Amino acid sequence: MHIVDGALSNPVLLGGAALAVGGIAMGLKKLPLERIPAAGVLSASFFVASLIHVPIGPSSVHLILNGLAGLVLGWAAFPALFVGLLLQAVFFGFGGLTVLGVNAINIAGPAVLAGLIFGRLVARGTPMQGAIWGGLGGGFAIAVTTLAVAFSLALSGDEFIPAAKLVFVAHIPVIIIEALLSGAAIFLARRVKPELFAGAKGGWA
Amino acid sequence: MTYVLTGEDKPLTGFGALRAAVSSLDPRMRIVMTVIYAVTVVTLDDLRVLSGALILSMWLLAISGLPFQKTLKRMAMMDGFIIFTLILLPFTMPGTPMFSVFGFDATWEGLWRATEIALTANAVILAVMTLVGSMEPVTMGHALFALKTPERLVHLMMFTIRYIDVLREEYLRLRTSMKLRGFRPGTNWHTYRSYGYLVGMMLVRAIERSERILAAMKCRGFCGRIVLLEEFRLTRTDVMFAGAMVLALAALIWAEVAYAAA
Repeated sequence: MHIVDGALSNPVLLGGAALAVGGIAMGLKKLPLERIPAAGVLSASFFVASLIHVPIGPSSVHLILNGLAGLVLGWAAFPALFVGLLLQAVFFGFGGLTVLGVNAINIAGPAVLAGLIFGRLVARGTPMQGAIWGGLGGGFAIAVTTLAVAFSLALSGDEFIPAAKLVFVAHIPVIIIEALLSGAAIFLARRVKPELFAGAKGGWA
Repeated sequence: MTYVLTGEDKPLTGFGALRAAVSSLDPRMRIVMTVIYAVTVVTLDDLRVLSGALILSMWLLAISGLPFQKTLKRMAMMDGFIIFTLILLPFTMPGTPMFSVFGFDATWEGLWRATEIALTANAVILAVMTLVGSMEPVTMGHALFALKTPERLVHLMMFTIRYIDVLREEYLRLRTSMKLRGFRPGTNWHTYRSYGYLVGMMLVRAIERSERILAAMKCRGFCGRIVLLEEFRLTRTDVMFAGAMVLALAALIWAEVAYAAA
């Protein structure tokens, strides 16, 4: 899902960076000092979760779980996932530096969106109902991410359109897996620690 | 520290890095120069100039004291991710045909574009890994704070850096206990549900851990201020290094303009 340096046109890079700065500012505003340890530890757990490879047929995919991050962290998912992307670029060489803004928008943007749309629904009703909404939220976020990646490639040049289409088709199984996993994770968390969720009482919007 | 971030077996920073030229430079200057370098290289188009930029990045790697092979292997891993997009480009870009596969024409223009992207991506990521990635993660946090990054974002980053290792160990413990109970991953509902529970359990444990951390921090009177343990100072070597980088970048820009005019 990471776009590298050199592929995108300058207006797309600048637009992405400007939007990302806004997203980070908004996320930090919604993150009181008291919540920083929780957000930091969750950010680290999403970083670790993205190293998990899940088998699919003869191959395997690695998880992104940005939808789950949005459901748990709400707006704070933006800076949290941005930090993950920054660390991946600097220490693993995944992604790039000038594309950091675009990558943050593509991955953290849908996470926040999923949190805003599904966050309250996940915390409500029985754990099973929460899990179903969680699964929908998880699948939704990754689908939007894929579309956003395809869109940022297509904005930069027509020659990328076939690649962008391919990216989307290739990610349909990933969308399904992320939805199933997010649902199951929410089901477990709802039963074990219901206060985890953004929409829950005493939670953080 | 932060074993996951800095290497599979040993932190990259451990390899005689103390004697290397880059690690003695001011971290703030390294971050600023990396950003300037990345922005400049991204605006370059000429393949000859971009090759020059890649050579410059290689030189940075050579003086950084990072293990050569390991760093290049990481760079190659990134190439593995983008290779499909790059292979598609010659077939999707209009232009002079080069050859055709199953009736699809590959064009020279597409090939040049793909090469351009590959060169830019590699030159930038190599510079990022050598100039910034060779720092201790905590030093990077402090340097970013010294460069006026919002305090909360730096806090968030430092927490993430600190706990990636801890949570990875937790993840491995959970995986071991799954294995002991006979779990074998496959393409089935049971696998996906189990992985989902695994992630859910990690989140639950993470939140509980963060509650203990917050309590411990409050107990020690944490008030949200970052205490800088080291003071960064710009030395003459730093200024010389930055000057050399700026000169090299100016040369690249000059070459780009000269080739474009020719």
